[in-house]
Amino acid sequence: MFEATRLNRKNETRQKLFRLGLGAMTGLLILPVVLILSTLIYKGAPVISFEFLFTGPTKGMTAGGIFPALLGTVLLVMVALIASVPLGIAAAIYLSEYASDNWFTRAINLAIINLAGVPSIVHALFGVGAFVIFFKFGTSILAASLTLAIMTLPVVIVATRESLQAVPMAFREACWNMGATRWQTIRRVVLPNAVTGILTGVILEVSRTAGETAPIMFTGAAFFLPLLPQGVFDQTMALSLHLFVVSTQVPGMPENLPFGVALVLISMVLLMNSLSIALRMYLRGKKKW
Amino acid sequence: MVKLGVSDLRIRYGGVTALEGVNFDIQEHEIFGIIGPANAGKTSFLKAVNRMDMFDPAMKVDGKIVFNNVDVSRIRNVYGLRRRIGVVFPLPVGLPLSVYDNVALSPRLGGQKNKAELDVIVERCLTRAALWDEVKDRLDSLGSMLSGGQQQRLTIARALSQDPELLMLDEFSIAVDPVTTMRIEDVLKELRSEVTIILVTNLVQQARRLADRTAFFLEGQCVEVGVTEDLFTGEVQDQRTRDYVEGRFG
Repeated sequence: MFEATRLNRKNETRQKLFRLGLGAMTGLLILPVVLILSTLIYKGAPVISFEFLFTGPTKGMTAGGIFPALLGTVLLVMVALIASVPLGIAAAIYLSEYASDNWFTRAINLAIINLAGVPSIVHALFGVGAFVIFFKFGTSILAASLTLAIMTLPVVIVATRESLQAVPMAFREACWNMGATRWQTIRRVVLPNAVTGILTGVILEVSRTAGETAPIMFTGAAFFLPLLPQGVFDQTMALSLHLFVVSTQVPGMPENLPFGVALVLISMVLLMNSLSIALRMYLRGKKKW
Repeated sequence: MVKLGVSDLRIRYGGVTALEGVNFDIQEHEIFGIIGPANAGKTSFLKAVNRMDMFDPAMKVDGKIVFNNVDVSRIRNVYGLRRRIGVVFPLPVGLPLSVYDNVALSPRLGGQKNKAELDVIVERCLTRAALWDEVKDRLDSLGSMLSGGQQQRLTIARALSQDPELLMLDEFSIAVDPVTTMRIEDVLKELRSEVTIILVTNLVQQARRLADRTAFFLEGQCVEVGVTEDLFTGEVQDQRTRDYVEGRFG
């Protein structure tokens, strides 16, 4: 009664083949990540030390540490966040909670998607034109951060909008029926339940911002600076650009040093990403409805 | 005294008429039942009373709804209107706030900040909604984590916290067990001395148990309005009402 027919066996074989094939593809996917990380750790780890992290480069960058670059990246990310997070969240709240569905809103949404697709080098040129020249910020932390902010704005907007829209409509309606205004509803019911999702988006933005090179190259990041920046109108060194410089621009570079820089950079990004994953898991565990 | 007067009400979504030909007056302290099958326009009616058409660009309301002798379409402060009208939905909506905050939300929206006052309001409303004894030891736990029946009583407590003059219940027993349904019905009977109640229900017998008068909506028409008992004893004007009440369709 339950004998396998020829068709059954054929289907079974086919299913095994597909399972194997799809599994192999997935394995292939992990391979580069593992290779990159293991190479970086193998070659970069010996370089890492307290001194490496907290002193400046010496001897034409072929020795010493990366502190100015590390500090610069942190500064760039912070200023970029200060600019983009309030703006992005405000825009997302408007789009999700206030805007009615018409051609104008659809155009804005399209613009946001397109903004996400603009190559970073184009953002860099825009940054030069707008912030460095037009607003006369010069090549500075401010100009570079604002360029980064504009580039990562879509990340914040989309993440915020999604987490706002994950809050069930019934909650809003219950609130409106009580005589709450739209803003009271957002403030008391919608935002508190979306905040973890928004935070995840912000952290993703941090890791994206920290790694970018092109947008800051012409707008505020310097090849080498003997002094730390004193304010947002100064130039700064940055990890990503420093990595580019030590890997390609300086003759006589010790082999391990660029790997050390790369390891620090990728550790920062991975740390941020794992933070966002942890946050998401926490959020799922605390799902309130 | 007429609490809510409705004349020539017509509700459309886009080009489609959802409800028309509604004419009746609801008296103060009356339980007014609205029965009818799905898609009869019952929920649309409630939305129109509460001016929720504001949130739905497709929804158009013509005709007149008069609440406390004021035409609701002319009320500028719709928030004030909605605060006087409590609404309970078919599916219980416990907001993802603590039990306490769920009930305190409306007074807080109205500007009440005094903790002692809020405590009094929360206890009173939960007691009147027959929920206090079950939740008094866990006012801090999430309202959205209560059982369905408890959540529905929580939403009633929340509606009562508005100190409403009119309470509108939209098929409140749809997701609630029979025991809880009977408890809520008892609550409603007690409330009648203080508030006017519109009871939309898909249970014909529930209307019979509670409502003084009942309207029968069918396919976007108000077919008949009458003293509830008359609808059940055959004193109807329209054959369709009799058929529906006696369970021949719907």
